[in-house]
Amino acid sequence: MKILVAVKRVIDYNVQIRVKEDGSGIVTENVKMSTNPPDDNAIEEAVKIKEAGKATEVIAITVGEEKSQETVRKALAVGADRGIHVKADGIIEPLAVSKILQKIVEKEKPDLVFMGKQAIDDDCNQTGQMLSALLDWPQATFASKIDVKDGKLEVTREIDEGLETIEVNTPAIVTCDLRLNEPRYASLPNIMKAKKKPIEQINASDLGVDISSKIQQIKVEEPPKRQAGIKVSSVAELVQKLKNEAKVI
Amino acid sequence: MAVLLIVEHNNKELKAFTLNAATAASQIDGEVHALVIGNNCTDAAKAASELPVVKKVIQVEAAHYENFIAENFAPVILKLAENYSHIVCSANTFGKNLMPRIAAKLDTSQISDIIKVVSKDTFIRPIYAGNAFATVKSNDAKKCVTIRPTSFDPCDNSGGSAPIENADAGDEFTTTKFIKREEIKSDRPELGTARIVVSGGRGMQNGDNFKLITAVADKLNAAIGASRAAVDAGYISNDHQVGQTGKVVVPDLYIAVGISGAIQHLAGMKESKVIVAINKDGEAPIFSVADYGLEADLFEALPQFLEELNKLNTIQK
Repeated sequence: MKILVAVKRVIDYNVQIRVKEDGSGIVTENVKMSTNPPDDNAIEEAVKIKEAGKATEVIAITVGEEKSQETVRKALAVGADRGIHVKADGIIEPLAVSKILQKIVEKEKPDLVFMGKQAIDDDCNQTGQMLSALLDWPQATFASKIDVKDGKLEVTREIDEGLETIEVNTPAIVTCDLRLNEPRYASLPNIMKAKKKPIEQINASDLGVDISSKIQQIKVEEPPKRQAGIKVSSVAELVQKLKNEAKVI
Repeated sequence: MAVLLIVEHNNKELKAFTLNAATAASQIDGEVHALVIGNNCTDAAKAASELPVVKKVIQVEAAHYENFIAENFAPVILKLAENYSHIVCSANTFGKNLMPRIAAKLDTSQISDIIKVVSKDTFIRPIYAGNAFATVKSNDAKKCVTIRPTSFDPCDNSGGSAPIENADAGDEFTTTKFIKREEIKSDRPELGTARIVVSGGRGMQNGDNFKLITAVADKLNAAIGASRAAVDAGYISNDHQVGQTGKVVVPDLYIAVGISGAIQHLAGMKESKVIVAINKDGEAPIFSVADYGLEADLFEALPQFLEELNKLNTIQK
């Protein structure tokens, strides 16, 4: 069984982002970048399945500018076997990413495609579902537990009401929640070894799909700032303030 | 052209956020049609027809719609899509799971989680965990939009009498099977719509200590929230998580206890009307968004808080 895992390079989750003064976007120059956190869970799960003898190959793929390769290299350092980097510049919308992934899936014929449930930059939460629609595959989104069975997966999904369990036949798409597992760190020897693993580079323009933007970003601005509050000195004062000043209890 | 609102329901009643999505839909266009897909969902269809903003209800019935599997829903919606300029539903786990499956088939770039309708094609949505707001214009002929429920008021739920039409069911998608749903039943207000939310974080130290939160929440008739750290540590179940990848809440009062205030948590609660932070670390980022901060050990502060509440003659419900 072959598992394709899609990873995205985003601004590190610990960075307090800054909006560009001209309202054209977010400052990304000289900002720490990392793999989108739930994509790390997706890689980890694929590698664990391979380690359990239930998969034969884990392929990491990313779509983006030259530097996006770093995320594939990191995936190789934690256990993916080989990488694919589809080069594309600028904002690539989830629909375009899913069309690119569809082309790669048709070529590589994986049994499973994993990815994070949401990227923490655009917060869209779309790509996995879109890819499964384009392929007419089952989708198991927001997965917090995956059991691999013969030709099937049993997946526990995190939903607003609690947990839901579904069974999907392979081939299938799974989008991963942060609670799926604890991603490992890459050891230095594995980082060195990863440098020798192959990463195939493909130009998005060679795939014959339309990846032009269909959404025009008119402006990006900072949200309204909250007024700084006060510190109270005691619980009694807090309750009085809530009762008599804020009038919320 | 009209707007198609995908109704979230449990075959009997509408889910609360459908009312917020209906408001957003009516701001896009006055002609809102509500699509109720389910199994024995006549009661839900009737409830949808009573929303004054809804001009028509389309009811689609089949046994395989019982569990709201997106793979089964999508073909029904796609078949109806040609009559609509917009397809709208809530950006909760129901809508997040379903809408992209429709958008991709329509070759439309979906606009997720909008907080404001600027015009029929232009919307405002938060990005980067709400640390920036993007104004975006869709150039697609058909628009697929999910709405952040807490950013729109719920519409009235009575007084309407829209006609209910039936439409044909689609085929069953046989390679996805529902097995079970574990819903945590509670008499408390729902987290997403509660007037008051009391949330605990890593500072609670263990699940048992959440009883201190429960006691205060009982007194205030509040919902219970949690940071991701508390859920990850197993103190409380996932349906309580507030934040970028959990639920977004906008209560009148949000009380954050033992929560440091990572940006991912703030993303889920910083629009609350009044925020209280109780934390023993005076430098915790949560204090930067709190209207009232109390630097204290929560294990002393929470019992005192309950005691002070007990002294009050009245507490708003």
